[in-house]
Amino acid sequence: MATTDAGLVSDAHEQPGHGHSDHGHGDHDHPSYLAHHFDTPEQQFDSGKLGMWLFLVTEVLFFSGMFCAYAIFRAWRPEVFEGCSQFLNTKLGAINTGVLLFSSFTMAWGVRCAQKEQHKLLTAMLATTLSCATMFLGVKAIEYSHKWHLGLLPAGLFSYDPSNPHPVGGPNYLAYICAPFVVITAAVAVWLVVSFLRGAKFQFECAKPLMVVCLCFFVGVGLGTILESGGDEGHHEDGHAVVAAVDGEHGAAADHGEGHSHEKEGEHAEHAEASEAEAVVELPPAGAMVNQSTDLAVIERLASDATNTGLQDELAARRAQSQRSGGGILYDVTDDTAATIASAPEDVLRPSRAGVFFSIYYCMTGIHAIHILAGIGVLVWLLVRSIRQDFNRNYFGPVDYVGLYWHIVDMIWIYLFPLMYLIR
Amino acid sequence: MSAHENAQEGYDFAHPLPLPLLAGTFLVLTLLTVLTVAQASFNFGSLDVLIVMVIATIKAVLVGAIFMHLAWDKPFNILCFIGSFVFVGLFIMATLFDSRQTAKDDIPVLDDAVVAAPAEM
Repeated sequence: MATTDAGLVSDAHEQPGHGHSDHGHGDHDHPSYLAHHFDTPEQQFDSGKLGMWLFLVTEVLFFSGMFCAYAIFRAWRPEVFEGCSQFLNTKLGAINTGVLLFSSFTMAWGVRCAQKEQHKLLTAMLATTLSCATMFLGVKAIEYSHKWHLGLLPAGLFSYDPSNPHPVGGPNYLAYICAPFVVITAAVAVWLVVSFLRGAKFQFECAKPLMVVCLCFFVGVGLGTILESGGDEGHHEDGHAVVAAVDGEHGAAADHGEGHSHEKEGEHAEHAEASEAEAVVELPPAGAMVNQSTDLAVIERLASDATNTGLQDELAARRAQSQRSGGGILYDVTDDTAATIASAPEDVLRPSRAGVFFSIYYCMTGIHAIHILAGIGVLVWLLVRSIRQDFNRNYFGPVDYVGLYWHIVDMIWIYLFPLMYLIR
Repeated sequence: MSAHENAQEGYDFAHPLPLPLLAGTFLVLTLLTVLTVAQASFNFGSLDVLIVMVIATIKAVLVGAIFMHLAWDKPFNILCFIGSFVFVGLFIMATLFDSRQTAKDDIPVLDDAVVAAPAEM
């Protein structure tokens, strides 16, 4: 009987106590969108929404583990995090934040469209949200492939070499990441043409926005390429300088071979020169230093130590010490390995520490990207249903639920971005 | 239902948000993003993380309250969601307490002799 999908229906529902058990599936005296076990569309909507909120709670808890790992490792080695975050391109992160915020806006607008039964606009909003999602992934593809190329990989695979920051050869990671998207785009293009030629109107209507969505991935890749190449100079020299500085702080006075290769780079060269100047400054008499500097107690100890073989080493130690107490950055211009016994293990550990940062980086941003992919999946489903005009002012639940999911993905990025990209 | 006196029970429960409100929220979020990027070029020392987190939390509250309609949602949904954040806060704080307490537990070894580390505090 009275079954209209869009509007108010059926006298059967006017009695609140109406039981559903007494009619079977063939007996559709309720709107097609209202499940049998619900009395009213509002009850159905509220139930679905509660379920969605509970799912989002599990999502928050899921991500909290990773944020906790981030907090622990950052508390342990703040300097590693500060140094390594210089390798992340803030411009790419900021652009992606903007893209995600805009997609959140269009998603919220989409929910409004569904509630107001603006079917065309809803389709447009969902397509825009999807386009932003693929653009985000396009920028991410540039970010990831660039880092893999440099060897900025998770612990265990981390192979970044400051003396050879741009290794020649190696696989074309960007091509590998783009390959599935190229295949999908080609498939959608074929679908678009075939549906047009066969006159399949609905399929053609679906393929049109999806084609735009696929192409937006490559817009993202292009955008990322421009930003990455534009920001390359400052960003990378910065990164190298910082890694070298972290070395210095750890007392890595030995000649790593990296210092020399970097001396041609602007900022770094200045540091090196400054420290060289520091090194030739004449030392005050030993006695005076003993009296004035508490650090010298350590040298005294080193000198009396059995591992210290001679006066030369002691002198080198004193020199390094005075450099440090004078506030100069300890640089690798003098060969005083023996002065800093602790430096050797520190150096051995450094790449793995950077690897820990990148493990956390790939884990957090990667799982976030997987959430974006899942979001794309459900948004495509919504897009098709929206073209079919499934939603109305009493049935917009799916749009609202997917919207909530999309907003929480955005919310996680809101925290990820400053924590990863903006620390110093 | 008060806005729809003539509607049937259980129908017309949608409350579409005004478009200017949504657009305004997006604008504020973008401005806050610009602000958070801009502040990274100044050195606020240890306040850095705090400032960044406060800005991020303002953004998250805006997204939650307006984009996710939490400001108009059922109290139970709000309770669940806020509750999960309280858990996250406790989780991270408790772990960091332990991390800070044990971070300086290293016992330096020189020449096979254990050097007694000065007691903390």
